[in-house]
Amino acid sequence: MHNFDQIVQAASAAFAATDDPDALEQIKASYLGKSGQITALLKGLGKLPADERKSVGASINRAKDAVEAALNARREALREMALAARLAEESLDVTLPGRGQLRGGLHPVTRTLERIEALFGAIGFAVADGPEIEADFQNFTALNTPADHPARSMHDTFYLQDESGGVAENVLLRTHTSPIQVRYMQAHVARHASAESMPEIRVIAPGRVYRVDSDATHSPMFHQVEGLWVGERVSFADLKGIIGDFLRRFFESDDLQVRFRPSFFPFTEPSAEIDMAFMSGALKGRWLEIAGCGMVHPNVLRHVGIDPEKYIGFAFGMGPDRLTMLRYGVNDLRLFYDGDLRFLRQFV
Amino acid sequence: MKFSESWLRSFVDPLCSGGEFSHLLTMAGLEVEDEETVAPAFEKVVVAQVLDVEKHPDADRLNVCRVDIGGGETRQIVCGAPNAAAGIKVPCALPGAELPGGFTIKVAEVRGVASSGMLCSAKELGIAEDAAGLLLLSADASVGEDIRRHLDLDDRLLTLKLTPNRADCLSLEGVAREVAALTGTAACFTPVDEVDVSIATARAIVLDAPEACPRYCGRVIAGVDAAAPTPDWMSRRLERSGIRPISALVDITNYVMLEVGQPLHAFDNSRLHGAIHVRMARAGEEITLLNEQTLELQDDVLLIADEQRPLAMGGVMGGEESGISLATSELFLESAFFAPTAIAGRARRYSFVSDASHRFERGVDFGGTRRALERATRLVLDICGGQAGPVSEALAILPERHEVRLRPARVAKVLGIALDAEYIGALFSRLALPFRRDAEDFIVTPPSYRFDIEIEEDLIEELARLHGYENIPATSPTGLLAMLPQTEQARPLARVRQIVADCGYQEVVNFAFVEEAWERDFADNGVLIRLANPIASQLSVMRSTLIGGLVANVASNLKRRQARARFFETGRCFFRDPQGEPVAGFRQPWKLAALAYGSAFPEQWACAARKVDFFDVKGDLERLLAPRIARFESAQHPALHPGRSARVLVDGQAIGFLGELHPQWQQKYELPLAPVLFEVDLDAVVMASLAQYAEVSRQPPVIRDMAIVVDQALDLQPLIDAMISNRPEIVREINLFDVYVGRGVEAGKKSLAFRIMMQDTRKTLQEIEVEAAMQHLVAYLQETFAAQLRV
Repeated sequence: MHNFDQIVQAASAAFAATDDPDALEQIKASYLGKSGQITALLKGLGKLPADERKSVGASINRAKDAVEAALNARREALREMALAARLAEESLDVTLPGRGQLRGGLHPVTRTLERIEALFGAIGFAVADGPEIEADFQNFTALNTPADHPARSMHDTFYLQDESGGVAENVLLRTHTSPIQVRYMQAHVARHASAESMPEIRVIAPGRVYRVDSDATHSPMFHQVEGLWVGERVSFADLKGIIGDFLRRFFESDDLQVRFRPSFFPFTEPSAEIDMAFMSGALKGRWLEIAGCGMVHPNVLRHVGIDPEKYIGFAFGMGPDRLTMLRYGVNDLRLFYDGDLRFLRQFV
Repeated sequence: MKFSESWLRSFVDPLCSGGEFSHLLTMAGLEVEDEETVAPAFEKVVVAQVLDVEKHPDADRLNVCRVDIGGGETRQIVCGAPNAAAGIKVPCALPGAELPGGFTIKVAEVRGVASSGMLCSAKELGIAEDAAGLLLLSADASVGEDIRRHLDLDDRLLTLKLTPNRADCLSLEGVAREVAALTGTAACFTPVDEVDVSIATARAIVLDAPEACPRYCGRVIAGVDAAAPTPDWMSRRLERSGIRPISALVDITNYVMLEVGQPLHAFDNSRLHGAIHVRMARAGEEITLLNEQTLELQDDVLLIADEQRPLAMGGVMGGEESGISLATSELFLESAFFAPTAIAGRARRYSFVSDASHRFERGVDFGGTRRALERATRLVLDICGGQAGPVSEALAILPERHEVRLRPARVAKVLGIALDAEYIGALFSRLALPFRRDAEDFIVTPPSYRFDIEIEEDLIEELARLHGYENIPATSPTGLLAMLPQTEQARPLARVRQIVADCGYQEVVNFAFVEEAWERDFADNGVLIRLANPIASQLSVMRSTLIGGLVANVASNLKRRQARARFFETGRCFFRDPQGEPVAGFRQPWKLAALAYGSAFPEQWACAARKVDFFDVKGDLERLLAPRIARFESAQHPALHPGRSARVLVDGQAIGFLGELHPQWQQKYELPLAPVLFEVDLDAVVMASLAQYAEVSRQPPVIRDMAIVVDQALDLQPLIDAMISNRPEIVREINLFDVYVGRGVEAGKKSLAFRIMMQDTRKTLQEIEVEAAMQHLVAYLQETFAAQLRV
């Protein structure tokens, strides 16, 4: 019996003494292999007397089990060591920067335009687009601003040369996005010409506009969003409602005041200028001009073939550049058109 | 329009003042754009008279003055001003006064002489820059009076930003009328009586263009002293209205224009010949105006002429030759009504504006022509003396004021609130709009000074204004709910922009007008669209490509030490095109352009630095267009390197180009490295098609590689195309995975390695089928492209 315990102890010690899985298997062979000690003992059983054979056999098998258990434990230990070594070896400096490309970003005014489109889109406003070289008719005349109307001097208009170098007749760079509403209404009327009643028009028209003006607060090209709602029952009170709602959603704040004051646009009557003031922050209490608006002038509706007795509407035009400046705290309009990466990357 | 509040308050004096008063005007549509005070705050400064002046015993430059400060008090004051003299009246700051700049007056000794107060210059009171000497007050100033009162220093200067419809507010009386309506305070205007006519001299007036000028009044005033000084009160009011006093006669015409809104003109009667003709100019006729500008006129310009020559551009500006001077002793004073359409735009055409044209083109009260003339005559006689002749008046058909009907129900519809009839009547009365009732409706006849009330909505606006926009509630509009279309045939522009941005490009917005050279260099554009009135020569041509802007963006960022830049822009480009629409003659497609400059990746430890190349940007473009597959063919483009530029096609349509900037532009635009860029039609990028499901094969795919050697000059695309169109049915995908030139490949040849994926939809492929397919492809390539299998 004693002899067997010694074998187990020796085997366990031998297993523990090696860190090498191959060596471990060789040591295993010297106990459990064909000519291993345990195998030899088992082979020798047959020479024992029959009455001893059973108990000795049981002892040898216990020893064999013990050696195998020691072996497996060691194997497992070595596997764990190997894994631990591999993991240690494979460990990374996870604080190194990731590989690859930077993401670019959208222009801040684009972000604003997308927000405006989303906010108005949620209450059923479609988005319309139109030409930037515009006909005098759509830009002015159809908007109740005939030639030589003093209101034309409110817009310092860019005109084009014709091919012989003179001033081209009847075309200009649009001074506002309002001509889009004219084109949109014309198309809408044509589409529903045969219908008993015309579906409502709800549309916003964002885009670039041009005026001969360039200083710290004016850019010769800037953005405008025109909005239009024409239906059978739309009122000035509704216009006030929708603009207030928009500004609070756009700035994500109820902490602002909106005021409407009388103004003049040839294409709306009554007309209003919309001012807004934040009730906190750096601009607290200062009235900021945000938009112009009013009830669509009956002449404008007539121009596009809509009966102003049956239908009524409001229109507004706002400056997304200004809204962007207020939203993100930009203090110089010219930054929008300067392509300075150090500025633009702040909006990625 | 700028004016003095105290002048306004001489006509109407409501209780509200300061900011509250400005707010009232602003909220009524007369926006107060600017408000200034005349003088900074100070007190204890009075009108004083210098009684005598003695030299200071111990200082050469100082005088000791004895000064009467009113109330029987005299003070001794040491003064250094050069114009100190006995008898003059000047402002005197008394001890305890704190002058602008925090300067406090105390009883003091100046070099041993007691001084109790300070005689002041205009600068010391903060009312002028001038510090040449003491501010001399008029001889009739009453000694002891507070200087603020004497000079009306608590006055405020208001500047109104008037909208073009409110011509009636381009005068003090007009604003006063408005204030009266807003506040309910009665306005009281200067009574104007006809002056006594004391001479018979008159000048005939002929209206040759009665539609442009239906009313012309004029009179001769003889024996005037044109050099008489303008009274202080008048020059002060003019100055505070932003008009520089010039001479009494000019000042009077300006004063009356500001007061009542009627522009007047004074001719030197001795320079006129015969009758006054109000006529249209003959084309080419010339006139030199008071501003020394000589104009060649068109035949739609109204002239005031005599029997020999043009005298003035009617309603715009007088002529130099017939104008008054300080030597004028006989003048012909004009007060006329010119129709807005006859004046509108004329001055602007010659690049100037005048106070007169500004008013006439918006509308001047045709009912006030004579009153203004009488008012001015009175002032001339009072200030310059002389005798007035009779008024000559020529009258044709004046504008008519049509009745405008207002339906209370329409008011409610437009404004969203109902106003009751009694209230509407009261508002019209406050506005001095005469009306009668017709059942429920109001029939309003606008007065002659209102040019902005033509339709019902104009009256509704008047009611809303007076009621107060702030008193109209904000309501939530109700509309019919209907879903907006959401097409899958096009991707939203926002999505397209986001993809490009996600590829590393930063969006920019560049001006649509560019330098002419950009159009030549980057588009070889020979039919430029030039602006007639550009703000600068480098912003004078409409762009037909977005590239110029992107190249300039790189250049400007390089100067800011941004060595790596990727930009994109979406925007319209502009082309002359006879078929263009919707604006005839122009095509204005949206384009998308992107440009990459510098290293392929932001500087980093994890990949080797290399410059961005054609295939980086091509990959971005392919990613943008996916799932649609673009084809690229070698093509020339003026902006691009001839060997590194491609036309981009989708469904056989050219949609744009891709390539490396031409080295000559790289050099010209001072870029150390070559940018790679593309520009495509946005319509083509946005276009999408509905995905269609095709059954997924359950059979295992078989993959084989194949390398062939072909001529180096052979483009890949035709080879791939040919393989695809001649492929055995089981071949599903052919992917190029290696291109090799160099050792082991014959010079002038390249090795192309393909990975071929084969699959059957119904059964597992047999080795023999796979072999046959590969051999078919190889044989085809050998035959068609003289390709050799590389082993």
